[in-house]
Amino acid sequence: MTQKLVIIGAGMASGRVIEHLVETDPDAFDITLFNAEPRGNYNRIMLSPVLSGEKTYADIVTHDDDWYVAHGVTCRFGEAVTRIDRDAKVVEGANGPVPYDKLVIATGSAPFIIPVEGKDLPGVITYRDLDDTNAMIEAADAGGKAVVIGGGLLGLEAAAGLAERGMDVTVLHLMGHLMERQLDEAAGYLLRRDLEKRGITIRTQASTVAILGEDRVEGVLLEDNTGLEADLVVMAVGIRPETRLATDAALDVGRGISVSAQMQTSDPDIFAVGECIEFDGHLFGLVAPLYDQAKVLAQSLLDDGAAFVVKDTATKLKVTGCDLFSAGDFAEAPGREDIVLRDPGRGIYKRLVIEDDRLVGAVMYGDTADGNWFFGMIKDGTDISEMRETLIFGPAYQGGDTADPLSAVAVLPPDAEICGCNGVCKGTIVDAIAGGATDLGGVRAATKASASCGTCTGLVEQLLQVTLGDAFEAPAVQPICGCCELTHEDVRRLIKSRELKSQAAVWQELGWTTPNGCHVCRPAVNFYLLADWPLEYRDDPQSRFVNERKHANIQKDGTFSVVPRMWGGITNPTELRAIADAADKYNVPTVKVTGGQRIDLLGVRGEDLPFIWADLNKAGLVSGHAYSKGLRTVKTCVGTDHCRFGTQDSTGLGIKLEQVLWGSWTPHKVKLGVSGCPRNCAEATCKDVGIVCVDSGYQVGVAGAAGMDVKETERLCDVVTEAEAIDVTIAFVQLYRENAKYLDRPYKWVAKVGLDWVKERVVNDLDERARLIAAFELSQSIYRRDPWAEHARRAQAFQPMADLSLEAAE
Amino acid sequence: MSWIDIGPVGDIPLRGARKVRTAMGCVAVFRTGENQVFAATDTCPHRGGPLSEGIVHGTGVTCPLHNWVFDLQTGQARGEDAAITTFPVQVRDGRILIDGAKLAARSAA
Repeated sequence: MTQKLVIIGAGMASGRVIEHLVETDPDAFDITLFNAEPRGNYNRIMLSPVLSGEKTYADIVTHDDDWYVAHGVTCRFGEAVTRIDRDAKVVEGANGPVPYDKLVIATGSAPFIIPVEGKDLPGVITYRDLDDTNAMIEAADAGGKAVVIGGGLLGLEAAAGLAERGMDVTVLHLMGHLMERQLDEAAGYLLRRDLEKRGITIRTQASTVAILGEDRVEGVLLEDNTGLEADLVVMAVGIRPETRLATDAALDVGRGISVSAQMQTSDPDIFAVGECIEFDGHLFGLVAPLYDQAKVLAQSLLDDGAAFVVKDTATKLKVTGCDLFSAGDFAEAPGREDIVLRDPGRGIYKRLVIEDDRLVGAVMYGDTADGNWFFGMIKDGTDISEMRETLIFGPAYQGGDTADPLSAVAVLPPDAEICGCNGVCKGTIVDAIAGGATDLGGVRAATKASASCGTCTGLVEQLLQVTLGDAFEAPAVQPICGCCELTHEDVRRLIKSRELKSQAAVWQELGWTTPNGCHVCRPAVNFYLLADWPLEYRDDPQSRFVNERKHANIQKDGTFSVVPRMWGGITNPTELRAIADAADKYNVPTVKVTGGQRIDLLGVRGEDLPFIWADLNKAGLVSGHAYSKGLRTVKTCVGTDHCRFGTQDSTGLGIKLEQVLWGSWTPHKVKLGVSGCPRNCAEATCKDVGIVCVDSGYQVGVAGAAGMDVKETERLCDVVTEAEAIDVTIAFVQLYRENAKYLDRPYKWVAKVGLDWVKERVVNDLDERARLIAAFELSQSIYRRDPWAEHARRAQAFQPMADLSLEAAE
Repeated sequence: MSWIDIGPVGDIPLRGARKVRTAMGCVAVFRTGENQVFAATDTCPHRGGPLSEGIVHGTGVTCPLHNWVFDLQTGQARGEDAAITTFPVQVRDGRILIDGAKLAARSAA
């Protein structure tokens, strides 16, 4: 006998249910289909191509009116269901009730709206259905600026579509990298790069606090007080199961409508399917499991025992030209290992995650051709121990012998490309070697191979070895650390030449083997980035050693030392009182005068730091940077003010230098001294920069040392005016910032490049000197500020995040 | 297990750490670049350095005093015969939960 089946929601899952039912047993049910949208089932996944203009709505309709008629489905489209009456077994629609024997809830999901001021303004839309898509198309026709909140799958597809339609698009994403649920940081970086190439602006770690506008949306305000203009705001931060009807009907509802493996809710006559359900703790947003559910549900309705099981799903982004693939679980966990392949030249990144000789996850960007092969292995749990070494190269490489790298290079055909940047193939390189290029430099000069990004250097060296045999000696280069194969100098050069402006860019483009470096390379890369790209890159506290992150020196007992700045070593009674008061208030056990003419408060508890800083700030004292790889102190003598031998105002010059240079980050610490006469009471001639005043002007010396090594400064130049002494000093510091290896003091760096090289740029070439000064000033526009004042405002970050001393003791 | 809420995961910067005070000393709670959360004793077994002040890289942390590197998944020190005690943690609805039973077991020991 025909039963009455009512389905609420005409989405992709319920559409598939109806297809199964009418195929298997067309007479089993008399179907009534409700849909709040005034249309039937269409392929929602293809809304992005509709938005971008590649398809029209007509192209993506799955079931048209004729189809519903042909299969005897009664359609109640554009009519919202208001209530389910379980006792009477009736569904109440706006246009009247419909009785049911079996009921399917397929209400899908609703977009999550972030609860900020202005969220209801006209011009703020979500991205869920055809109406949203049409609203976006209409807004895009007017042109202007669009802000997309949410850098997940949906948000990025919306952004790409709007950009395609000519809008100026900015994507705001709360997390550190795009699509963080599907991609790791490296793949997220490549995606970002490709989207930026299409003119889309991406802001990560961007938290929206308000949507601005009077009558309609005008802009978006971020947590850091940045305001962005917007004519259209698309909210695409996520979805949540639409469970309202089920909740009202008192069905079991967790995050979604709870169902059994047969898709049955807590009422045996009511089923649910799709994005609105929760099964075994899982929610569903991708189409593959929805189709599985639809099949199971159809079988359950026909009393054919079937059970739904959760399977891994794979993700692809439908943005033309952004080729990414993600499947399975790629989080790091105990017992898991990664295989990573990066091909910077072609913008390719592949990562496989292996657990117990089985592939459990895969992330790919740039070349996803093997995605389905890997996905198959994840689903099947294939034992990969046999092909582990070559697994990442995909199915094309399987079955052959695994060989050592040298013989692998040896068997490459002559037209195999070795250097992707310059398009140099093996034959060309072998010819060059035969023609007399017997080392890396020779090959680079002759063919340009390995002369750009450098990542094929290893291959070129192997070719040299294969071709020359024992006659080739691989040069001993000292990489920064185990995370990469490049030297500090190479990394600095490549950051500049290839315009790498983020850590993720460095890791990817320079072939790092670890996800985000280590304690050796990351602080160095952080410095190189901030020194070369002061506006584009900001100092990353998480890549700083503790002292620089805390803006205080950690002591061996875990307490910290606090050293306020005393410009040129000059202080006054007010400052001294403030220091004395602070020492009393925070029970500072040791107060010491330092070699750099400062006062050091030793033994301050980490939790007290923001408070002692705030107190010192009130007296006008700022951070003395006694902890930083940056300008430390300018030591002075009393010069002409008081000393009968003084020739110039050494104190005044010292204060001016300190006020210009303070706050700047440098490869290692930088200490200055200014002495008022050659008696040199400020000990200027063993400083990084030491100025000795004489009757005729100023003798500027550099590259002194008084630590592990003791070394007198070398004379950079003699200048007549104070202003020129300051200019030369700034230019020298900036040249050091731009070129030195991280943790090389100036004397070590000058020994490597030669004083003449420095003189040429700082003293002789006045254009270069002016450029260096301008570059330093640009950087200082960001960094010449008191970090104590900034940190004192967020004292909470210095406290333990929780105190469990009572609970844990129970 | 008895899970104790110690705060929102956003309170710890990515590739960073915070301390939690307990009856038996501080526990460091780490958040990796991939947004995983781990907890372990805050004290380096070498010279007592505060690990919550170290640089977090991959799933490891480097002690700020003498650069001992610990794997946060196991607590094992790299290249040293030493380890730190790890504690089960989980993130639920954006909050970090730590296993109170394990903390208590440690204080009883």
